[in-house]
Amino acid sequence: MGSQGGFNQSKEFLDLVKSIGETRSKSEEDRIILNEIETLKRRINDPDIPKRKMKEYIIRLVYIEMLGHDASFGYIHAVKMTHDDSLLVKRTGYLAVTLFLNEDHDLIILIVNTIQKDLKSDNFLVVCAALNACCKLINEETVPAVIQQVVELLGHQKEAVRKKAVMALHSFHQRSPASVNHLVLNFRKKLSDNDPGVMGATLCPLYDLIAVDVTPYKDLVASFVNILKQVAERRLPKTYDYHSTPAPFIQIKLLKILALLGSGDKKSSEQMYTVIGDILRKSDTASNIGNAIIFECICCISSIQPSPKLLESAADAIAKFLKSDSHNLKYMGIDALGRLIRISPEIAEQHQLAVIDCLEDPDDTLKRKTFELLYKMTKSSNVEVIVDRMIDYMISINDSHYKTETASRCVELAEQFAPSNHWFIQTMNKVFQHAGDLVNPKVAHNLMRLIAEGFGEDDDAADSQLRSSAVESYLKIVDDPKLPSVFLQVICWVLGEYGTADGKYSASYISGKLCDVAEAHSGDDAVKAYAVTALMKVYCFEKAAGRKTSLLPECQSLLEELSASHSTDLQQRAYEFQAILNLDANAIENIMPLDASCEDIEIDKTLSFLDNYVQTALEQGAEPYISENERSGTLNISNITNRSPYEHPTHSLRFEAYEVPKPVVPTKLPPADTYPTELVPVSVPESSYQPTLSSGPDVGSGSGSNELRLRLDGVQKKWGKPAYSSSSSSSVSNFDSRTTAVNGATQSDHVTAKSRELRQPAVDVSEEKQKLAASLFGGKTGKPERKQSGSAVAHSKASRTTNHGEDKVQQPTTVTTAVQSPPPDLLDLGEPTGAVNSYSSVADPFKQLEGLLDLSQDGNAGTTSSSGPDLMALYSEPSGQNQKDNMNSAPNPSNHAASLSKGPNLKDALDKDALVRQMGVNPTSQNPNLFSDLLG
Amino acid sequence: MVELDDETAFPFFITLVTTSINLLLQIHFVLLISRQGKVRLTKWYSPYSQKERSKVIRELSGMILTRGPKLCNFVEWRGFKVVYKRYASLYFCMCINQDDNELEVLEIIHHYVEILDRYFGSVCELDLIFNFHKAYYILDEVLIAGELQESSKKTVARLVAAQDSLVEAAKEEAASISNIIAQATK
Repeated sequence: MGSQGGFNQSKEFLDLVKSIGETRSKSEEDRIILNEIETLKRRINDPDIPKRKMKEYIIRLVYIEMLGHDASFGYIHAVKMTHDDSLLVKRTGYLAVTLFLNEDHDLIILIVNTIQKDLKSDNFLVVCAALNACCKLINEETVPAVIQQVVELLGHQKEAVRKKAVMALHSFHQRSPASVNHLVLNFRKKLSDNDPGVMGATLCPLYDLIAVDVTPYKDLVASFVNILKQVAERRLPKTYDYHSTPAPFIQIKLLKILALLGSGDKKSSEQMYTVIGDILRKSDTASNIGNAIIFECICCISSIQPSPKLLESAADAIAKFLKSDSHNLKYMGIDALGRLIRISPEIAEQHQLAVIDCLEDPDDTLKRKTFELLYKMTKSSNVEVIVDRMIDYMISINDSHYKTETASRCVELAEQFAPSNHWFIQTMNKVFQHAGDLVNPKVAHNLMRLIAEGFGEDDDAADSQLRSSAVESYLKIVDDPKLPSVFLQVICWVLGEYGTADGKYSASYISGKLCDVAEAHSGDDAVKAYAVTALMKVYCFEKAAGRKTSLLPECQSLLEELSASHSTDLQQRAYEFQAILNLDANAIENIMPLDASCEDIEIDKTLSFLDNYVQTALEQGAEPYISENERSGTLNISNITNRSPYEHPTHSLRFEAYEVPKPVVPTKLPPADTYPTELVPVSVPESSYQPTLSSGPDVGSGSGSNELRLRLDGVQKKWGKPAYSSSSSSSVSNFDSRTTAVNGATQSDHVTAKSRELRQPAVDVSEEKQKLAASLFGGKTGKPERKQSGSAVAHSKASRTTNHGEDKVQQPTTVTTAVQSPPPDLLDLGEPTGAVNSYSSVADPFKQLEGLLDLSQDGNAGTTSSSGPDLMALYSEPSGQNQKDNMNSAPNPSNHAASLSKGPNLKDALDKDALVRQMGVNPTSQNPNLFSDLLG
Repeated sequence: MVELDDETAFPFFITLVTTSINLLLQIHFVLLISRQGKVRLTKWYSPYSQKERSKVIRELSGMILTRGPKLCNFVEWRGFKVVYKRYASLYFCMCINQDDNELEVLEIIHHYVEILDRYFGSVCELDLIFNFHKAYYILDEVLIAGELQESSKKTVARLVAAQDSLVEAAKEEAASISNIIAQATK
């Protein structure tokens, strides 16, 4: 009975915990804790506190920190506690320091010595405690101080120690890869440890090492496959079974490793096919853990060299996930689909309706995942639908992180696949209007550049059409008072540059608008600067064209205002404007040439026009110029400035200087948090600090989304229909000619057969959904850009969706709108419905703890509460009559069964009840939740 | 429940990513929150400042506690994923990387709960409220440095019991000493 242990704390501490339990607001809680902090501050510095009391104080400090307050005043006492000889006290000390201190805390230096000592202890529990602390506390600097001892512990007779030693080395490797480099052989050896726990732990560091560089580990493929096979064949001890699945966590880790090893390596991959296929077949689809393994198999299959057979089984597994009623499985299905789609794009079409269901699901998590999938499968035929949906969703959410991400995805897709100029401008407008402040300013600058440079090669007409459509749309929305600053800057720039270019709008109209902008956003200097420069351009272009211009009165007043502005930038712009206006048309045309934003301005960097002047000066005896480099001697400034920002922290203590010899071979390892990059000169594929670098195969798909930059160089090829249709239509035409034959007689049979195989019969699908499906997956009928299908079947399926939309209604589909009861979920070990009812009956959640001290109604508690009767029964008076009544009155048979089947629990519960009574804590019908077993 | 302040949330995210998150970790932190948003246990495997921790807890309890019962057990949060599971009135949450296996983490949570259950003998929230330090000790045997270290329930139970027997032994010793003292001073 473990629970007894906890109640031997002092009354004072129990009262604290209780009073925290009874608080109704955060401020009340804070007040109590601040009080407690004061008390502890006073007492903890008392020189002769008994150890037992001190231990409790430290646990109280942990409690304070846990509730989000600062207990740093007591850290030193926790550190002292680790020095104690008694393991009991030491253990508390270690627990506290691992919770209090981050790896870069100054106090750690005081613990290293103790850890060193404890690692040598002959009590394996002391060693375990020290190893636990190692994992959290030993940082890059202190690794050399303990590493030798930890390595020795790899050969300890207790498997618990070996396992923790492996994990400690693993954490050292994450912090300071170089220090563990020479130990790779030890990890390989530990892979064949007798104890499965140690073997399982060894997979963690190996996974990290392999993720960095696969090549040195290719020889292990056979071993990993062999281990995985043995695990799957239940060769491990029964204790590693989890819900009757053999060592699932080890299986998953192995699959992750195999995914890395097989990526892009046909030979290795072929060794894995059999075992992956076996596991995929054997895994229990009814249990959560079985599905976790299946999901990992799919990830592995999508990462290694594709095998048609495995892909097919993966697709079947995905179909099962998507068809499931469980939101979790649907989510995993969408995720898996996103991974598989890279290899076999046609698989998405089978699941189009399931995907659309997920897209319209009220669950935000599922919806987002589905958007991610859509993002991955966007192409020129469906970009409009997808981006429109994404923008709608982006408008509806508040989460700034996700909004930013969606916005940049929209921008990326729009510039890559936009079908027309008009659509592109409209889309960008929407993105900027609703998330302008969140998108990277670079996106705005690139948009300006895009408009200025145009897309078509030498197609001036298309360019100017793009510009006029931009101008037109901007004039429409410029009066909106809530536009984000970045967007206004773009608008001002475009209006200034191209507002009057096509002659549709007069200079005075444009300048009036620009003045309005400057006036409406008088607090935003950047916008005003853009506006006044735009005004200058508009007037200059007019004057250069020889048209009579006169400054609008509001423009005049704006200039006057800006001339006296506090911002020197605005002042300068205003004065320049006024000066330029007084020049003649010819000069203005030279200063402000029309549509020349893309022209290169040539700068004479050598300042050759000053040569004469210099010559004269030299002749008159002036000193010749000495370049800066020569003046400052050999000092190479670039060396200093290029140093990595992640330098060694400026601690003075160094352990590594004499201890670990640097390996001679240049190594390829990932940089840890504070590792100087100079020591890792070679390719660093998985740097956490460089999100734009494409990383390992597993993360590859996500990395694209991090790029905010418009891909300007690619645009000209990607943009516009000619490039696209020519390439895709030529490749598709093969299929077209081939499938038309199929399309005739055989098609319908073929399709129904296939759909029967894949889909359950279900209710009809709304017209709208079908349309959406068609536009997302099939492309529009007859459009040449239709997605290239991998197989004739998939292709005919796609065309069926679009051409025979009406038939579809009768076709069996996966869509089930009816709410069904969820499948038996092993995870929820029958959380009693009674308990759920009782939650809803509790109106104020904070009332729950109210009754903790209420003694008055203990006897009746069981019988009076109708909401959660059998739960309460566990804690009511141990009278047989009561129990029986409750069993009979239990409304839910499963509930009943649960309480019956948990035979010993009843006794436990009664014991617990007695204890609870002893401490004066008593359950009442008001607060059944705290007393209900977590496992139902 | 908790209103997120958009303007401050975004820069905070940036600091999280650039300064403290070690993406090699499988699990970044473990949180136990009650249905009322009270914190029952926190364990941080990535370094977070006390201020960041409060903010994380506030944000996540706002997101998770308001979710309906039939929805996914995952939420996307600042480029990470938080897997949560509700047991009676207690939410167990673990934060993992974007591309990790959520179902596996769900089972890691369950694994932990089953071990707690075995240890406390049908564990309830009250056990964890008053014995949070024990919950920490057990967690340290299940997860280490953000990775699952032991997947055998029996092994974990054995280790925790070994440590506890030491506690019991020490207690008896203390009791006998105080007895002797009491006898002597009588």
